[in-house]
Amino acid sequence: MSKPIVATTALASCFGCHMSFLDIDDRILQLIDLVDFNKSPIDDIKTFTKKCDIGIIEGGVANSENYHVLKEFRKNCKILISLGECAIMGGLPAMRNNKDSIESCLKEAYQDSPSTINKNNILPNDEELPMILDKVYPCHEVVKIDYFLPGCAPRADLIWDALVALLNGKEIDPEYKTYKFD
Amino acid sequence: MKKKFKILIDGKELSVKHGQTILEVASNNGIYIPTLCNYVNLEPQASCRVCSVKVNGRPMTACTTTVRPKMEIENDTKEMNELRKIIIETMFITGNHFCPSCEKSGNCELQALAYRLKMDVPQFSYSFSNKDIDASNPKLMIDHNRCIKCKRCARGIKTDDGKDIFAFKNRGKKIMISIDNELAKNISDEKAQEAMDICPVGAILKKERGFIDPIGTRKYDNKPIGSDIEKLMEVRS
Ligand code: SF4
Ligand code: FES
Repeated sequence: MSKPIVATTALASCFGCHMSFLDIDDRILQLIDLVDFNKSPIDDIKTFTKKCDIGIIEGGVANSENYHVLKEFRKNCKILISLGECAIMGGLPAMRNNKDSIESCLKEAYQDSPSTINKNNILPNDEELPMILDKVYPCHEVVKIDYFLPGCAPRADLIWDALVALLNGKEIDPEYKTYKFD
Repeated sequence: MKKKFKILIDGKELSVKHGQTILEVASNNGIYIPTLCNYVNLEPQASCRVCSVKVNGRPMTACTTTVRPKMEIENDTKEMNELRKIIIETMFITGNHFCPSCEKSGNCELQALAYRLKMDVPQFSYSFSNKDIDASNPKLMIDHNRCIKCKRCARGIKTDDGKDIFAFKNRGKKIMISIDNELAKNISDEKAQEAMDICPVGAILKKERGFIDPIGTRKYDNKPIGSDIEKLMEVRS
């Protein structure tokens, strides 16, 4: 029987959740016995090459690219997990959500802040850049998410225990000490 | 001496006296009922409803309801815990409770209740509230986006000569705490800490304290909120 396939991605986030994933240390060897990876920064596969069993999402939805990647994940994965505060509630990037408008954020970041040197007074406008959204959205407000593993970053043991439970067809029952919002 | 009588909490028979609240008798007997607006030595005010229990089939607040003969109380049931979780969720979405950026994290009662009641994500969408953060006071910082309007500060914090430092202004949706900056700028460090501690969330923070407790050593890092009360039961039985 072929192994279950896992895909992972980092949307609007700091990559901390993936780093925490690697904090499972030598259990990563057990993990590669248990699963195969598909699209993921861990193996650098950029596009889905097959349907996956578990998709792990780090980060919220802040721009058009995040949106498309998340939709792709929903299409290609049977189970989706929101990993970490940014995926669950927007996290640090969502601290812009209660500002008046996207313009005021861009102005502050690129024109008005005391440390800015921007002689031509331009805002980022290269067409290669994804379009920034009005707000940063938690993943479950964009697609259906099946499980949530909180933390900033989520504890490695939480990620490990959850994956092992899912792979064995059990419900995730996190240990109190590993289940934290920070 | 007042005569004792019996009530039931989750099927457990307890011997109680007139005048005691359900919350008191539960706590005295090692039974935890979650609370939020309630605080030691403050008159209960029943505003958060987190302590709701079912008394002979009807939801009542345990912090203000006094015991009566023949009471059968449902506390630690799926239904009541679900109800409490919904209340906690609404608090999370109405304010900004981005825990990693909050100095109260790990010592926060709202967060601890969310852990205990196993809230993974609120079932409502976040409002990303945009209220003031008031850092004008030299001793205290107030983040109105975190305030859950429990009034514990206004009820419990006074200057040494008995003056109120906190009060509430406006009504309905616009209700907010206000701080008397003239009084508050002269308070001692201990008083500032007391104000931070009485606040169940991170709405009142003592300045120049920062993230002082390492993760793993904070109040609710290792044991769920209410464990101290439940331990009482283990010790006795
Ligand atoms: S500031 Fe804190 S103690 Fe005061 S009402 Fe708000 S949440 Fe309660
Ligand atoms: S603790 Fe009883 S209503 Fe808040």
